Parts: sequence; structure tokens; C-alpha cells
Amino acid sequence: MNSQNLEAPQSGGRTFTLHFFDGSSRYVPVVDVEEPYPDGRLIVSRTDPGGVITHVNQSFVDMSGYSEAELLGTPHHILRHPDMPPAAFKGLWDTIKAGNRWQGYVKNLRKDGRFYWVYATVIPNLRRGKLIGYTSVRRKPSRLRIKECEALYPTLF
Amino acid sequence: MKHKPFQLTVSPDFAPTSLAGWHIFNTWLQRSLDTRIHLDIYQDFASQRQAIRNDAIDLIFANPYDASMLIREKGFHCLARPGGRSDEVVIAVRGDHPASTVEGLEAGMRLASTDDPDVHMMGMIMLEPANINADNIERRICSSYVLVAKELLSVQSEVGLFLAEAFYELSKITRRQLRPLVQSQIQVVHHALMVGPRMQHLTETLLQRLQEMPQTPRGQGVLDSLGYKTWEAVEEEDVEFMIDLMDTLVG
Ligand SMILES: Cc1cc2nc3c(=O)[nH]c(=O)nc-3n(C[C@H](O)[C@H](O)[C@H](O)COP(=O)(O)O)c2cc1C
Repeated sequence: MNSQNLEAPQSGGRTFTLHFFDGSSRYVPVVDVEEPYPDGRLIVSRTDPGGVITHVNQSFVDMSGYSEAELLGTPHHILRHPDMPPAAFKGLWDTIKAGNRWQGYVKNLRKDGRFYWVYATVIPNLRRGKLIGYTSVRRKPSRLRIKECEALYPTLF
Repeated sequence: MKHKPFQLTVSPDFAPTSLAGWHIFNTWLQRSLDTRIHLDIYQDFASQRQAIRNDAIDLIFANPYDASMLIREKGFHCLARPGGRSDEVVIAVRGDHPASTVEGLEAGMRLASTDDPDVHMMGMIMLEPANINADNIERRICSSYVLVAKELLSVQSEVGLFLAEAFYELSKITRRQLRPLVQSQIQVVHHALMVGPRMQHLTETLLQRLQEMPQTPRGQGVLDSLGYKTWEAVEEEDVEFMIDLMDTLVG
């Protein structure tokens, strides 16, 4: 999982080719404009044990800019923003695969290239002791924490 | 009908006025199932939890916060939820408070809420964007939402956490003097009727009777006194999902 700024910026934006952990890659437009997190909402998704999306709520659909049909069956890295350090997601996967809860601040990429910050909690879902997938619930982060992450994350590449 | 009566209880977050409805419900229930059931009301969540731990409860209209313990530790099954109702939270201030959004609130203030655990938890989560947490507020626990409103009106507390339903049931005069800063739209967190191990054999009959309620005048009358339109069956996976979601929010 690494990203290279390969292309010349388009009007008001940057473009990236993201290389994912599963070997795939994707060309993404990035527009440095924030979509504010809506008050009072939780953004919820569930994945199978491999990180493929199996459920999203309406707030997830609204914020991501994708339709529910586009999201279901797609790996969760569809939201990966090039400004997110790979170490964050390695930490996420190491933690949840060990059966534990992961919490962190994530900058997500919308379909239209804009971004939104969330405070995410990811937990393993066990049914009679068997792992059936993971649930992530995001809530609105404070500006203070976002500022801290904006300073910290570029140093983690 | 010789057995010791089953024990029904209702999450203590319900105002005393709606308890009348639960007594009516219990009368209907005993007739429908042809069995004896005793309605026990606990004053607070702590004493209700103690009763659950002592296996003193057979049927409970449970707060979502307790669903995990009931199902995973006490062998309860989730049966039904009131149709179309979920637990949402309103954060409100007095009308003349300077804040227009949650982010306008500041640490160090006094916050009024009830001991209703799901409302308090969701309310505190909605205050996080303002960097407000349990360590930097002074919490005042009230025994009802009416008293939470009084706390705000008398300026004892700056901000109040309400079950949305309770907020909209406040008198018009009270509500006019308050201003909601935010209301949650979570939708999947709700109270539910749950059946314990000793009553498990009655599950199917009970669900059927609950779902038939709107079809008879008597059943409809009971629904009316509870303030519900229908009972909807809850699938096991739906309640597991709610528990997972609560797990992500707790702690
Ligand atoms: C339940 C769950 C939710 C996730 N949510 C996000 C998310 O919102 N944004 C994101 O970039 N990655 C998310 N991830 C991590 C992705 O699976 C992936 O690791 C990440 O986007 C980096 O891509 P890569 O690991 O394929 O290189 C989530 C993973 C799980 C299991």
C-alpha cells in the first residue's frame, strides 16, 4: 500500500495512483476540499473477514458519494485517501485480526475526490465464537484532533 | 397455572405515566398466554441489573445498553420492538444560551442527564466534537427528563441530554424555552422485548400474539395505552448487529 503523485494536478486538484495491499491499483482524483461530518450521525459499515463491504447505512452512502450498489461487494479501500499513512491501516488490521478493537482518526476519500475526517472504531464480529466479519462505526471528530492528525500523519510515511 | 409467576420488567427509563400502559399490557399478556406474570418495576438501572444477574427476570422491555448482557450472558432472546421507533437523543440548551451548535459548547460546564445509559452514552458521543468528555464536565443526574429540562430552565445546568421522545413530550411552555443543538439520527438503536430462558417455550406464541394485537379492539387498546402502533419481530442477526454497534460505542 503506497501512493505516488504521478500526474500533474488538474484544476483545483491532484491525482494519484493508489496501490493496494491486495496488489490492485486505482487512479484517483483528489480535491483538497473537506466535506463536513454531519451532526448527530453515525457512519456504519460492515465487511466480511477479508475487508469486502457487506453492509452500509444511509449516512455512509451520503458521505462517500457512492451508491449502495457501488459499495457492496467492494473492498473497503475504496475510501482510502492518499494522505493516510500505510502504518495506520497496518495497525488497524493487526489489531482486529488479533480479535481486538481498533480506534483511530481516518481521512477518507469521497467519490468526487473531496475528503472527510472521521473517528472510527472497528471491532471483530463473533457469532458463537466464529469470526464472521468486522463492523466499523464512525463518529464526528473534534477539530482539535483533526489538526493533530494533519500534523502527525505526513510524518508517518 | 401452578408455577411461580413469571417476572416481567420494563427498563426504568420510562416515565411513571407510561407505566400504567405496561400494567395494562401485563393484564393482556397473562390472558393471552394463560399464565401468571408479575410486573416488577425497578427504581433504577443498577437495581434492575442486579435482578437480571440474580435470574429474577423472565421477560424484559430492555434498554439497548443491556441487550448485550441479556443475550450473551443470560441466554435471553430478542423477540420484538415497537414498530418504527428507535432511541434517538436530543442535546438541548436554554433558549438564550450563546451556543448555536455543539461545537459552541465549552468544557467545564454542568451537564444534566438521567441515569438512562444509552441516552447518556450517545449524548456524550455527540459532544465529542466539542472536546467534551466525562472528565471535563460536571454531570448532574436527574430522575426524569422533566427534571433535566428544569435544570436547564433554572440555569443549574448548561446542557441537557434527552431521549428524543421524552424531549418532544415536554410541555409546550417548557420546550419553547429550550433549544435543541442536535438530534441523533442513528435509527438502529432501540429498546426491545426480550425473553429469558424460563419463558423460552412461550416465545412463538408470544410473538404471534404481539403481532396480532392491532387486529382486535382489545389488542389495539393495549397498544394505544403503550403508545405503540405495532410490535415488529426482531431477527437474531438484527439484534446481534445492534449489540456490535453498541460495543463500538461503549468504552
Ligand atoms: C470494517 C472495516 C472498515 C474500514 N473502513 C475504512 C475506511 O473507512 N477508510 C479506509 O481507507 N480504510 C478502511 N478500512 C481499511 C481498508 O480495508 C484498507 O486496509 C485500507 O483502505 C488501506 O488499503 P490497503 O490495505 O488495501 O492497502 C476498513 C477496514 C475494515 C475491516
